[in-house]
Amino acid sequence: MGEILLNKPGKKIILLGNEAIVRGALEEGVNFVSSYPGTPASEIGDTFFRIAKSAGVYFEYSTNEKVALEAAIGASFSGLKTLVAMKDFGINVCLDALGPFVYTGTKGPTVIVVADDPSCHSSAQWEECTRGISYLTHIPTLEPSDPQECLDFTKLAFQISEKFQIPVMIRITTRAAHQRAPVKLGRIVKPVKVGKFIKEPKRFVTLPPRVLEMKKELLEKIEKIKEFSEKSKINKTCTGPTCASSGLSKSQIGIITSGISYLYVMEALEELKINLPVLKLGFFYPLPEEKIQNFIKKFKKVLIVEELEPYLEKEVERLAKDVNPKLQILGKNLIPEVSELKPEIVTLAIAKFTNKKLKIKNYELKIDIPKRFPQLCAGIPKRGSCPYWLVISAVKKAVDTKKVIFGGDIGCYMLFGTPLLNIQDYLSCMGSSVGIAHGIKKATQQKLIAFIGDSTFFHAGIPALINTVFNKSNPLIIILNNQTTAMTGHQPHPGAPAEPNGVKIEEIVKACGVKNLKIIDPINQEEFINTIKEFLNKEEVSVIIARRPCIWIKK
Amino acid sequence: MDKKISQFNMLIVGTGGQGQITLLQILAEAALFEGYDVKTSELHGLSQRGGSVEIHLRFGKKIYSPLISQGKADLIIGLEMQEALKVYPLANPKTIFLVNKKIIPIPLVKNPVDEFHSSPPFANARVTEEEVLKSLKKISKNVILVPASEICQKELGKEVVAGIYLISLASFKNLIPLKPASILKAIKKIIPEKYLELNLKTFGLAKIKSSQS
Repeated sequence: MGEILLNKPGKKIILLGNEAIVRGALEEGVNFVSSYPGTPASEIGDTFFRIAKSAGVYFEYSTNEKVALEAAIGASFSGLKTLVAMKDFGINVCLDALGPFVYTGTKGPTVIVVADDPSCHSSAQWEECTRGISYLTHIPTLEPSDPQECLDFTKLAFQISEKFQIPVMIRITTRAAHQRAPVKLGRIVKPVKVGKFIKEPKRFVTLPPRVLEMKKELLEKIEKIKEFSEKSKINKTCTGPTCASSGLSKSQIGIITSGISYLYVMEALEELKINLPVLKLGFFYPLPEEKIQNFIKKFKKVLIVEELEPYLEKEVERLAKDVNPKLQILGKNLIPEVSELKPEIVTLAIAKFTNKKLKIKNYELKIDIPKRFPQLCAGIPKRGSCPYWLVISAVKKAVDTKKVIFGGDIGCYMLFGTPLLNIQDYLSCMGSSVGIAHGIKKATQQKLIAFIGDSTFFHAGIPALINTVFNKSNPLIIILNNQTTAMTGHQPHPGAPAEPNGVKIEEIVKACGVKNLKIIDPINQEEFINTIKEFLNKEEVSVIIARRPCIWIKK
Repeated sequence: MDKKISQFNMLIVGTGGQGQITLLQILAEAALFEGYDVKTSELHGLSQRGGSVEIHLRFGKKIYSPLISQGKADLIIGLEMQEALKVYPLANPKTIFLVNKKIIPIPLVKNPVDEFHSSPPFANARVTEEEVLKSLKKISKNVILVPASEICQKELGKEVVAGIYLISLASFKNLIPLKPASILKAIKKIIPEKYLELNLKTFGLAKIKSSQS
């Protein structure tokens, strides 16, 4: 939809949370955007990819999140307004670059958007709560609840970044990223195109002893941002569910919440028909500590409603010691720490907190509805079936799957692990099928096949492949070269033949020192089967590039 | 505007690739046209690959949560029967189920268990229409079964518009408090020009069929 570029301030249009972030950035005049695709953040990059030209914004899909952030750091050092978007695990890949960047600070304002996925709807690896990164790196962090806040907070994040010369993180979750709602538009600002890098080693070089001075300066900066946070309207108190400002002083109990949980709190108060003071925190870091202390000082008890790890709860415990040591603090004893929250979970917790009775009806069904596992595309009209089916078929014919170990990695082929296929014995993070394979091959005499997609290979597979050569192990690595980043929505990557500046995977594999290499279209089953058998007996690492495009790539 | 409802909660459920997000966009736009606040929730990524897809849409004066609470759904549109049944915790005895008379079978697995994966619930992968209908009727008295896929295939030669057919039908039959004119306007806004004619025909077909029954 071209609606996202509509320059009609005041008009309301429906946007996805992720699109609202894009819009917010456009309204601040963002120049430079980089991303590596990952659900639930993908639509941020995809939207920029679509509109970059008409909006006059530079956009790239970088090879991984760390490279995306480093590119943004360079643009920021050159004075451009930049935004980087990624899913939760991306920030872990970035961490090495993020820490020093918070020390050096920004020149052009920089916003880093990170999307967590509570309940792991689209995240195989672990249920990450990125708020921990805020403590680790001291990056100021905002948490929007809905698309309007996604837009407003993105703008505010740029403004904070500009004012304090520090990168600012926007932390969203699946239900904010993939929430649609009407959003009130502001004015799009035309970006300034050309940057200029002015030499300031004192500012951009993190070398001891200067680096420790930088840390001191950072902590002083955070103190100032804390004052800003204390006054900021995005940390607001109100009486739910109508959000009136009256009646706050009388209550002996209250609720502190943030992000998506805030919406469930208001929903619950409406359903239970109770008025309670609610402190909604738009800032996660630095927290408005005085505001929190003022909120809790006269209460007998307070409920902290937050998804995943109890960061806010621990902060409130700490802050209560000075102002209200007898305060009863409830949180994770009523709200689960695993999986995303749902409105009924919060309603039940608030009902318990306020001693209200709540009737919940549960039906007993005498029918077992089988679970529908996601699966690799099969028999799609006019397109056919996923080429990975051919790979699976060849592997199953070539080896005894009970005896061979199968390494999985991140992409559609994670589905090799579903009960239907069952050829995945470990699965961890991007690139790790190869990295872990090396360790297993060093530790055992067992045969092993590691699968890795092409985009994943570029992202994090190459160092691991070099390691198998340098430190001598002999897994068989099958690179699934479907020529796109399929799982997240078919974003391009360097190995796609249509890319003018593409990089050939076979050239990289050869240059890494791999001697046993074959490129096979898996439609040639016999060759594939024979090569698997042959390569599994090699004393050095071997690689098969299974080259056949994803059925969804335009031809 | 005439009488406004304070809140309406609906779900669209089916399997990946049935076009739920397009339906969601159409309904959200229609609700906005009528001056409602609206919130929706959907899932992207791997969960779309043939797995279950559950989409929430809420509109009214002021909507906070994008997700519907347990037992609070007013309308559940099922593009597939088993999927409609699967979301029963969100229904109550008054919930209207408008369900496509269609079962997409779940692939059978012969040897699903080994030491690395705990036993999956594959016991009876095939459930009949009668069984699902019987269970749906235990939950709610308002179960409407419509052979939408069959009708669309027969009359328009395309099964894929079954979802458009069902939301249009729901509007004509007053199962959604959104006017057919708003749905039509939203279809024109959301559907790409290439497919618009087919979708308009589907809308028209729903109009005719709704007046017949």
